[in-house]
Amino acid sequence: MATSTTAPDADRREPRAGSPARRPARRPRGPRRSLLPYLLLAPAIVLELAIHVVPMVVGVWMSLLELTQFHIRDWSTAPFIGLENYRATLDLNSAAGKELLHSFWVTLAYSLLSVGFAWLLGISAAVVLQRPFRGRAILRALFLTPYALPVYAAVITWSFLLQRDTGLVNHVLVDQLGLLNERPFWLIGDNSFWSLLVVSVWRNWPFAFLCLMAGLQNVPGELYEAAAIDGAGFWRRLRSVTLPMLRPVNLVLLLVLFLWTFNDFNTPFVLFGGSAPEQADLISIHIYRSSFKTWDFGSGSAMSVALLLFLLVVSAAYLLITNRRRDDHA
Amino acid sequence: MRETAGERWGRRIVLTLLTLFVVIPLYVMVTSAAKPLQDVQNGFTWWPSRPTLQPFIDMWSTVPLARYLVNSLVVSSIAAICSVVVAIFAAFAVSRYRFRGRGVFSVTVLSTQMFPGILFLLPLFLIYVNLGNATGIELYASRTGLVITYLTFSLPFSIWMLVGYFDSIPRGLDEAAQVDGAGPLRTLFQVILPAAVPGVVAVTVYAFMTAWGEVLFASVMTDEGSRTLAVGLQGYSTQFNVYWNQIMAASLVVSIPVVVGFLALQRYFVAGLTAGAVK
Repeated sequence: MATSTTAPDADRREPRAGSPARRPARRPRGPRRSLLPYLLLAPAIVLELAIHVVPMVVGVWMSLLELTQFHIRDWSTAPFIGLENYRATLDLNSAAGKELLHSFWVTLAYSLLSVGFAWLLGISAAVVLQRPFRGRAILRALFLTPYALPVYAAVITWSFLLQRDTGLVNHVLVDQLGLLNERPFWLIGDNSFWSLLVVSVWRNWPFAFLCLMAGLQNVPGELYEAAAIDGAGFWRRLRSVTLPMLRPVNLVLLLVLFLWTFNDFNTPFVLFGGSAPEQADLISIHIYRSSFKTWDFGSGSAMSVALLLFLLVVSAAYLLITNRRRDDHA
Repeated sequence: MRETAGERWGRRIVLTLLTLFVVIPLYVMVTSAAKPLQDVQNGFTWWPSRPTLQPFIDMWSTVPLARYLVNSLVVSSIAAICSVVVAIFAAFAVSRYRFRGRGVFSVTVLSTQMFPGILFLLPLFLIYVNLGNATGIELYASRTGLVITYLTFSLPFSIWMLVGYFDSIPRGLDEAAQVDGAGPLRTLFQVILPAAVPGVVAVTVYAFMTAWGEVLFASVMTDEGSRTLAVGLQGYSTQFNVYWNQIMAASLVVSIPVVVGFLALQRYFVAGLTAGAVK
């Protein structure tokens, strides 16, 4: 903002600068030091600061305090304990550290598998729906429906399907197909991880489909015609035309999906409630439980900050690697 | 380019599997909402023994669904409208001006998308509680607090999509308006917005959906009076009974408006994603 205050007469100059005769096409208008863009951005900046940035700074501060139930009403009285919360929650030899590490691996496996399957289903649908045929519009709308449903409605429905005694899944597997002799539990024990994964893929793949469909619209038809003249079959066209053209979309899509899934709270929370089974104990649920069940906000914040640092490092590494590759190709 | 027989069969198989995967839960939601309670309690059936609309009547009295519905409607609508207005101004600035800090702004706003909600839930919870104690402004457990929180959730994506839309509107139109003496705001309202109506509507629906579906803050930041559907639907599971038929009926009712809105506008989402992502 410092530069903007140096140009008090910015607005007066503006109409003159906008005259088309002297404007090259690239620069639409506006003197460089106009105050106007900052005024237009101000509401967005204030809101982002208030709800995202300031709380995060406060969160870092909280992670340095012994912030238990006794101090929540007035947290200025909470004792400052430095990095003690980090030591207590991240020490991999302690019980808390082992639990967190377990959560981390569960979350990582969950995110990678979920993103992988969501992308696979998304690209299949996008490629298959690329060619016009009767009923295409209906299928496209149908495939997007899981994404449009509110998450709680979708996940509650899945939890009904996965009920041991009254759910569809056991009815089909046990009663109708006879594949299993006993009715397994799907929402507790080892199966809970796979249940969570299926629900997450069901929810996420339409978003991948939507983005990939948008990306495919930009692929010029001539490329396929040229490939067909060269005698390229389906897989060859996919590998040499479709996937390279989707590269920019994929770069953004995979990162965004990974971050969303890694941070996912809603799916496990609605599927299992506030305390997920150990096998499906995602990090965000873990932090939520340790914060609100024991009211230890200090260690909850420490874990959150550690989580953010991890995600920042992953994103930065991802962007660096993908950008380097792009340069190599260019 | 002809389709080979193999490709045709591949397409049919893929479409059948995907359709089954998507449709079965939706089918169960719809049919179970039309089942009497004993049907959903005595093991799964594909079809209601005696189809009934009773769950759609009972669901209003088992939990105060009407109140949750009103809370969700008020919170989501206000959050969506405010979010879009803020996003329009921001997107206009990013799309039409070159100013110092433009890149930083875009990156910062987009990166807030990746922060785990749990990260600012705890501090925001404490800030709201303490602000209430100190000044009497009730943001914790109030609809106002939820509106303010939610409107920032959809903001980054809304700005991003609108920038894509605004960029696709030719600058020549702005310049013509300026020749006629229109200032920046008149250009925005009389030239750019009318040309971007589909995008603005799509973004509004997106913002509404975001608020309508939010669970984490809704479950921490509300009390009985301000509770939204996200938390309210849990009320159908009582100690004695789980009213699955009413849960499905209520889920269906709260889903229909957003699903219809989203599907009606889906091609504008595709257009917005194309404009925003594929640059």
